[in-house]
Amino acid sequence: MQRATLDLWVGIFVVAGIAAILFLALRVGNMGSFDSASTYTVKASFDNIGGLKARAPIKSAGVVVGRVSEIGFDSTMYEASVSLKLDTRYKFPKDSSASIMTSGLLGEQYIALEAGGEEKMLEEGDALKLTQGAVVLENLIGQFLFNKSEEAPKATEPK
Amino acid sequence: MNGLLDSLRGIGARVIDSIWRMGVATRFFLMILLQSGQSFRRFHLIIREIYSAGVLSLIIILVSGLFVGMVLGLQGYETLQTYGSEEALGVLVALSLVRELGPVVAALLFASRAGSAITAEIGLMKATEQLAAMEMMAVDPVARVVAPRFWGAVISMPILAALFSAMGILGGYLVGVVLIGVDEGAFWSQMQAAVDFREDVLNGVLKSVVFGVAVTAIALFEGYDAPPTAEGVSRATTRTVVTSSLAILALDFILTAFMFRGV
Amino acid sequence: MSDNLIEIHDLSFAYGKRLVLKGIDLTARRGQVIAIMGISGGGKTTLLRLIGGSLKPTSGVLKVDGVDMSGLDRDALYQLRRRMGMLFQFGALFTDMSVFDNVAFPLREHSDLPEEMVRDLVLMKLNAVGLRGAHDLMPSELSGGMARRVALARAIALEPSLILYDEPFAGLDPISLGVTGNLIRRLTDTLGVTSIVVTHDIQESLRMVDYVYFVSEGVIAAQGTPDELRASTEPFVHQFVHGEENGPVPFHYPAPPYADELELAA
Repeated sequence: MQRATLDLWVGIFVVAGIAAILFLALRVGNMGSFDSASTYTVKASFDNIGGLKARAPIKSAGVVVGRVSEIGFDSTMYEASVSLKLDTRYKFPKDSSASIMTSGLLGEQYIALEAGGEEKMLEEGDALKLTQGAVVLENLIGQFLFNKSEEAPKATEPK
Repeated sequence: MNGLLDSLRGIGARVIDSIWRMGVATRFFLMILLQSGQSFRRFHLIIREIYSAGVLSLIIILVSGLFVGMVLGLQGYETLQTYGSEEALGVLVALSLVRELGPVVAALLFASRAGSAITAEIGLMKATEQLAAMEMMAVDPVARVVAPRFWGAVISMPILAALFSAMGILGGYLVGVVLIGVDEGAFWSQMQAAVDFREDVLNGVLKSVVFGVAVTAIALFEGYDAPPTAEGVSRATTRTVVTSSLAILALDFILTAFMFRGV
Repeated sequence: MSDNLIEIHDLSFAYGKRLVLKGIDLTARRGQVIAIMGISGGGKTTLLRLIGGSLKPTSGVLKVDGVDMSGLDRDALYQLRRRMGMLFQFGALFTDMSVFDNVAFPLREHSDLPEEMVRDLVLMKLNAVGLRGAHDLMPSELSGGMARRVALARAIALEPSLILYDEPFAGLDPISLGVTGNLIRRLTDTLGVTSIVVTHDIQESLRMVDYVYFVSEGVIAAQGTPDELRASTEPFVHQFVHGEENGPVPFHYPAPPYADELELAA
């Protein structure tokens, strides 16, 4: 008799634990959005990826369509080679372009995918030809200062 | 001079003694693993221990989880507000709970609730010769008493940690969204974008499994090794809580260094 | 089959370097109640634990039912222990189980008997110690004497051929003491087992045992049947049997002379 109620409690306990893990997986975490099964991978090379991390989102028109699966360095071209894992539900033309953007001023970096005009679609293993690397803030500031200093002497040049 | 020599000798003796104990503890741990097959064949013994280690710790875990989450919600909001990014509250609450606070705080509570109970129980069974009686009845106390407690507690720990995290996130939601009025959609969607199942949730669960093994092994060993007197048992119980808390925090550092170093 | 269940010859045992037992000779015939007596700390309990196999002899021969105990591995020892029952000083009942489950414990651990059969056997054993009505109490609800009787029922659950008693009379009131003594005698006779009783309760022992060994400072100081011991004029036995303060066993722990220590000499 007593053993039966005890079993019941342990059962409730285990079910609650599984429910908690499911809650963490589906409601809190991003499992179920996309994983292994329904994706295809394309490659893209960038001259500079800035602070891009593996698992960063890939967005097209602001919608997340995939994730960065791998980042490597191509030592023949001296470029970063990035693998993009895209959801098979979303097809893109072969001449689509990828650029690395920043969400907000200091936010995380992501890859923006812009559709091209070709009729053939990207397939597993294809490479994106048109890419634009990350805008590095230091370079921007450097450039800005350089321009300023070029302007400055002109302004104060005595007649 | 003589006093210095004596104290040096004392330190040396203590070091040797603790290394010795470490060896005994390792042998004890191996003995548990060796005898585990038997206890899995009689699973109702483990179920009983899941009840006393897991189900009986449920209330303290759920309530503490809720409160920790609520505090995180309040404090996180205050901090994030100054940077104008209140929507990131969900991320903050979820990541800190799932990665750190869930496994660690749940394990600390578990050590003081279930760990001390295990030590006291085993120590008392030893002091009242129940373990010796079992041995005289040709029943191995490690297989019959110790191993089921080990597995019951090790199975309970990740469940408790997951419940703690889930409860905490609900607490953060209650304070952040319901009370303060952070946008609900942003709260959940930012959380989902930032929390990864494998990287964060599963690693958190893995952490709690490691903590469960550590706490339970310490608690069982302290009980089994306790001097068979009332004073011995009460000291062993204190030592269980102190040692396993330190072990949890030290292991947490090591595991975190391995898991979340970033890619 | 030998007539002697236990044969001990020239047995010595040391805890580390401290010699506790030196050259013990002891035999116990089947169906007898043997008492091992002596003052506290004299090595009686050590001797019992050697017979039970919890300790291994340092030297000498110790045979239980023809099996040499010193050469046993764990499995063989556990096999032998199924034929032994032991009653611990305060019963050592499992505090998290009811009386019924306590007595059923050895049956459930060592046999695959159906639950109805276990139930019948447990009630039989409890009836033998007069506590059939107490089967759903918890150990914390029992008096000291009752707990010991339950432990006795548990010890005889597997029908052992040898029962060891560690101080079965300690801390009992006179009535429970008499009841326990009679019970030990009756169980020994009806079940045909051999009983080894470690005790210092001389009067109760002389009333019910067949043979007594006195252990003192690690050796057998005296032995004999109760009648022989009552009539003995040996100073040690005389002091023990009559509970006198002065005799070979001194009242005082070894100490420097009283007058010196109080500094009265000056």
